[in-house]
Amino acid sequence: MKNKAGDKIKENQARIMLLQGDEAVVEGGLVAGASFFAGYPITPASEIAEGFAEKLPALGGKFIQMEDEIASMGCVIGASLAGEKAITATSGPGFSLKQENLGLGIMVEAPCVVVNVQRVGPSTGLPTSPSQGDVMQARWGTHGDHPIIALSPSTVKETIDLTIKSFNMAEKYRIPVILLLDEIVGHMREKVRIPSAAEVEIVERKRPRPEDREEFNPYQETEDHIPPMPDYGQGFRYHSTGLFHDKTGFPRGKSEDARLLMDRLMAKIDENLDDIILLEDDLKGDEEVVVLSYGSTARSAISAVTRARQEGLKAGWVKLMTVWPFAEDYVARLADRVKEIVVPELNRGQLIGEVERAACGQAGISGIHRYDGTIIPPDEILDKIKEVS
Amino acid sequence: MAKKGRVKLVKPDWCKTCGICIEVCPVEVLELGQDRIKIVYPENCVGCENCELSCPDFVLKVVDENEE
Amino acid sequence: MAEDINRYLRQDKLPHIWCPGCGHGTIMANMLRGFARSRLDQDKTVVVSGIGCSGRATGYLDFDTLHVTHGRALTFATGIKMANPELTVIVVTGDGDGAAIGGNHLIHACRRNIDIKVVLFNNSIYGMTAGQFSPMTPTGATATTAPYGNIDQNFDLCELTRSAGATFVARGAAQQPRQLIKIFEKGFAHRGLTFIEAITQCPVNYGRRNKLGGARDMLNWQKEHIINQTKYESLAAEERQDKIPSGILYQDKREEYTERYEKVIASARGSEN
Ligand SMILES: Cc1ncc(C[n+]2csc(CCOP(=O)(O)OP(=O)(O)O)c2C)c(N)n1
Ligand code: SF4
Ligand code: SF4
Ligand code: SF4
Ligand SMILES: [Mg+2]
Repeated sequence: MKNKAGDKIKENQARIMLLQGDEAVVEGGLVAGASFFAGYPITPASEIAEGFAEKLPALGGKFIQMEDEIASMGCVIGASLAGEKAITATSGPGFSLKQENLGLGIMVEAPCVVVNVQRVGPSTGLPTSPSQGDVMQARWGTHGDHPIIALSPSTVKETIDLTIKSFNMAEKYRIPVILLLDEIVGHMREKVRIPSAAEVEIVERKRPRPEDREEFNPYQETEDHIPPMPDYGQGFRYHSTGLFHDKTGFPRGKSEDARLLMDRLMAKIDENLDDIILLEDDLKGDEEVVVLSYGSTARSAISAVTRARQEGLKAGWVKLMTVWPFAEDYVARLADRVKEIVVPELNRGQLIGEVERAACGQAGISGIHRYDGTIIPPDEILDKIKEVS
Repeated sequence: MAKKGRVKLVKPDWCKTCGICIEVCPVEVLELGQDRIKIVYPENCVGCENCELSCPDFVLKVVDENEE
Repeated sequence: MAEDINRYLRQDKLPHIWCPGCGHGTIMANMLRGFARSRLDQDKTVVVSGIGCSGRATGYLDFDTLHVTHGRALTFATGIKMANPELTVIVVTGDGDGAAIGGNHLIHACRRNIDIKVVLFNNSIYGMTAGQFSPMTPTGATATTAPYGNIDQNFDLCELTRSAGATFVARGAAQQPRQLIKIFEKGFAHRGLTFIEAITQCPVNYGRRNKLGGARDMLNWQKEHIINQTKYESLAAEERQDKIPSGILYQDKREEYTERYEKVIASARGSEN
C-alpha cells in the first residue's frame, strides 16, 4: 500500500530520546505511519511542521507548507483521500481557520489528524502561554451537528502514545481526530522511549477489494457503520461532497438521507465509546473528593492529590486522555459515590459544564480556572481539596 | 462545410429549449417544439456540428450519414 | 466527428441542474472533448470543484470526483497531487469561487507551478446565490449587491495567473467551442499549473439584469467582443478597449512542483546515508 513512511519506520528500533511535546507528535506520528504533512507556521506549534519537513522526505513521505491554515486543512483531506496518513498542526488562530474544512472532512469521512497546541485566546491572545481554551471549539468549532474525537496528552510520553492513537482512531473510524496539546506539553522536554512500530498496534483504513468496483457505494451503511474507502486512482470513480448524500455519495436533497447520514456518522463514534474513551484514574474506593483533569493541568492535579493523601485526606484523581466524546457514563458513576468533583482547567470553565451535566446533581462540582497564561499550581488544587473535604 | 453527416437527437429528454442550436446553425434544420427541439428539415443539415458543440445539454450529435 | 463524451458522463445524474441556456454545460462538454483528445486515463483522473453552479460539474463527471467547500478546491487538489503525482488533477471553479474566496489559493498554486489543471467558469457573476457581483463583474454592470452599478474593478485573471507563475494560460468562450476543445486538449497535455478561463453566459442572473438579453444574445455578445489573440494584438489601443483576447495566451516550461519535491526526497535520503 501507500504508507511508505510507515513501512520505513517499521524497520527502526525503539529508542530513548529527550523530546519536547511538539517533537513527540512528529515521532509518534511517524511510528503510526504518517506520510503527509501540510501546515502553516504558528507559535507554539511550528516545531511540529519543522520536524515533519525534515523527517518525512527521507522516509518517502511528503511535506508541504501551504498559504494558510484553510489550505492546510484542505490539503490534508485531499492527501488522505489519495491514500496517505495525513496530519496538520496549528494553534488557536489557525485552528479557527481550519473549522470549515474540518466539517468537510467529517462529512466525506477522511481520516486525518489535526493537532492544536493551545495558546491563550481569543484572537492573537497570548501566543506563548498555555491554555485549555479550545476544548469547546474542538467539540463545536465547525458548524452543524457532527461527531468528533479529541485526545489530550499531559506528558511527552503520552503525546507519543496519543498521536499514535489519533492516527489509529482516524483510520479506524474514518474521521478527523483532534489532538489537543497545550503550550506546556508542547514545549516541555522529557526523556521518553519511542517504540518501534512493530511493538504497537497500527491501524489501516478498510479498503474495498478491486472486484468491489462494480456497484460500489462509497457511503454504504455497514455493520460497524464505517464504509471501506478506496484511494483515488484505483478505478472506483466515486463522488464525495460536503452536501448531505445517500450511500452512493450523491446528494438527493431528501430529508430522509440527511437523517440517515447524520445517524450513521454519530453511530460510528457512539457505538464505540469503550474503544475511544481513554482515561486513567487513581481511586482507592473511599474518596470524598476527586480531581478530574486533562492535559498539562493533570500534572498539578496528580501532585496535589498525592499530597492530600499524605495529609490523610480521602482524595483521588481522574485524568481524561479522551476529551471528546466526553466520558459521561464514567463521570455519572463517579458522582454517585463521591462528595465533590474538582475540575481545574486553564480556561473560564469549559469541560466543567460537561462534568456538571453528567453528575446531574449527585455530587458537588467545583472549578479552578486560570485564563491568564499561567499554570494552576498543585497548592491551589490542594487548598480546594481541603476546602471541599 | 463538407457534407459529412446528419444531426440526431441523441438525448431528446435533456433538451431545455434554450434555442442555442438554432442560433448557431448555418442553415434551417431545427425548430423549437413545445418542450424539446425538433429536427424539421433534416435534409438541409450540412453536418457542421455547430449545434452539437454548442448545446449545453448534450442533446444533439452529428452521426455518419450511413449510420442509421 | 466530434468526440463522444458520454463515456465521461454519469448518465443517471443527467439532465443537469443548470438553467436553460446556461453556458456551463457547453464548457463542460468541450472540456470533455478536449479530455478525450488528450487520451488521459479516466481512472487516473480526479476532478475537484468548489461551491457554485460551476461547482456542480463534479456530480456529472465519471471520474473520482470531490465537491468541497467554497473556494477551496485547489487546496484539496494540491494534497491529492502531492500525495500521488501520477494522477491527473483537474479543478473546476467559478469566478466567485476561484477569484474571490479562493483567490489566494489560486495565486499560490500558480506560484508553485503544481501540475493541476484549473478550469474557471467565468460568467461574471455569483450565479448560484442569484446575482451578486463577483471580482469578474465588469465595472458599471448591475448586480443584486450593486443596484447602482458596480464600482469595483474586475480582474484580468489570465494576466494575474501568468504573473503569479502559471505556465499555461488560456482563455476561451462558450461561443467558440472549437477553440475551447483545442485549448483543453493542449492544456491537459501541459505539465505544470494550467489555467483556463472559460467565458460563459448566465442568462438568468447576469444577462437579464444587465439587459444583455437571453442566452442567444449573450453568445452574440461573446462573438463580437472575444477575439483571437493574434487579431487582438494587431488592433490599435483604442480598438482593443472593448475586446477580450482569447486562445492560448502563454505557455512556458518550468520545473513542476511535485518533480521538485522528488528532488527533496532524493537529497533527504542522500543526507541520511
Ligand atoms: C464560505 C461560503 N460563503 C458563501 C457561500 C455562498 N455561496 C455559494 S455559491 C457562491 C457564489 C458562487 O459564484 P461562482 O463561483 O461565480 O459560481 P457560479 O454559481 O457563478 O457558477 C456563494 C457566495 C458558501 N457556500 N460558502
Ligand atoms: S441547444 Fe440543446 S438544449 Fe438548447 S434547444 Fe438546442 S438541443 Fe435543446
Ligand atoms: S450539424 Fe450544423 S447544419 Fe446540421 S443542424 Fe447542426 S448546426 Fe445545423
Ligand atoms: S444561475 Fe446562471 S450560472 Fe447558475 S445555472 Fe442558472 S444560468 Fe447557469
Ligand atoms: Mg460565477
